[in-house]
Amino acid sequence: MSATLVSSEVVPARAPWSAVVEAGQVLRIVDLEGNQAVDCLLYLADDTDERYSADTTIAMQGSIFLVEGSVLRSNEGEPMMTVVGTTCAYHDTIGGACSRESNTLRYGHHTFHQHACADNFLHEASRWGLDARDLVSNINWFMNVLVGPDGTFGIVDGISAPGLTVDLRAELDTLVLVSNCPQINNPCNGFDPTPIRMEIWDGVPS
Amino acid sequence: MPDDAPPATGTLAGARDHARSQEGAAPPGGRTAPAAAAVDDLGLAVEPADLLWDETLPAGGYAGHLLPRGAVLRLADLEGDACCQLVVHRADQRSERTNVADTMKVQWQAYLGEGSVLLSGLGRVLMTVRSDTSGRHDCLCGGSVRAEVGERFGDGSPWGPTPASRELLALAAAKQGLSRRDLPPAINLFAGARVADDGTLVPATGPVAPSVVELRAELHVVVLLSVTPHRLDPRDTWSVTPVRATAWREPLVDPEADPVRRSTPERRRAFLNTDDLLAGIGAGAGGAR
Repeated sequence: MSATLVSSEVVPARAPWSAVVEAGQVLRIVDLEGNQAVDCLLYLADDTDERYSADTTIAMQGSIFLVEGSVLRSNEGEPMMTVVGTTCAYHDTIGGACSRESNTLRYGHHTFHQHACADNFLHEASRWGLDARDLVSNINWFMNVLVGPDGTFGIVDGISAPGLTVDLRAELDTLVLVSNCPQINNPCNGFDPTPIRMEIWDGVPS
Repeated sequence: MPDDAPPATGTLAGARDHARSQEGAAPPGGRTAPAAAAVDDLGLAVEPADLLWDETLPAGGYAGHLLPRGAVLRLADLEGDACCQLVVHRADQRSERTNVADTMKVQWQAYLGEGSVLLSGLGRVLMTVRSDTSGRHDCLCGGSVRAEVGERFGDGSPWGPTPASRELLALAAAKQGLSRRDLPPAINLFAGARVADDGTLVPATGPVAPSVVELRAELHVVVLLSVTPHRLDPRDTWSVTPVRATAWREPLVDPEADPVRRSTPERRRAFLNTDDLLAGIGAGAGGAR
């Protein structure tokens, strides 16, 4: 079955995006210029109390990395989306989203007025009637978070490259919130936030 | 009442006498009332009037409790096979709550231990891990959910024999005016997982020596607890042992003398943000100043 492109939007550097991806459709995220972290949260379109759970997802697959075949699960354990393909070796879901507030802890109070993912999420969430209570641990597509043998935890240089993609098949009608990460104080965006492309397909694109 | 015959309950007076005859008959556990009775029991160097809470949570138990800034919460794995899920909210603005990703990322450390802080999503310290003899805690895996426990053990409902953590935390939350929306990923205490080089989550579960973790509230907080097996515990039985929760008031710590505050630049700045909030709500910056 050939796939049909339903919509395609370029999300500028630093901007949010959201859409409902219907069950069976595939969301393709394209890292246009390479090493651009794409922070992402999922909600069931018809019951947003049920939303993505990073802890349930990694516990049920037994690994911290999101790879081809990973099932993105809700806080009730339901499969929401499946990673049906990706040309980037792995993605993160334990590093969370940057915020103006956490930036002050990580880099100093001079960063407080820099734009951050939590603000993008709050802005975009409000368009769907969601608020701070609805923000939980998220996915970071194309971001590289490592945990050392002694537990040292951090974001290191990315493993993505221009044009790499991740394809997510919706198992249920899913509201997807995205923050095209504006962080400039660590290597998650190669210190240079860049645009991404969000494509929704009927069927699996080749 | 005679020991061998419980009061008949066919009349109102009989039913009342029957109900009243039950005090103290329960097996060890439940809530200590008044909490002050725990001081001697635990040998705490605390004035009885400063005791706030003492309760033994059985396997499958849950609790929610309001703790003032400066209170110490002592959680004891009594038998060495406990696993306790913890969520903390700021009492006076409950959309602010533990953020496990920030807790790990900001401190550059996945595993909690003595001197760690539990951070909110707004860059403030909710609680400090003042002491810890366990060292197996886990910010990665969260608490079990009903469907998952149902698949493994047949029933994850809160009224069944093998409840899921999330179902219990939802009840604890409901009694604090909070809903399922207010449950972020929980922290596991006393049992956990470690990350292997390839990203695999390796369970750190099963019986060990009894241990104790003490958490200090840095703001007024609401703590939610459940006692359920770690979701990566490989045993084919639903196995977990009780946790004793005890809390008391302590004098505020002098910030200049607090080794946690001074331990890293990230923690120092987290406490500065917390001080700013306290000043704003009229509580002043921490301790003697």
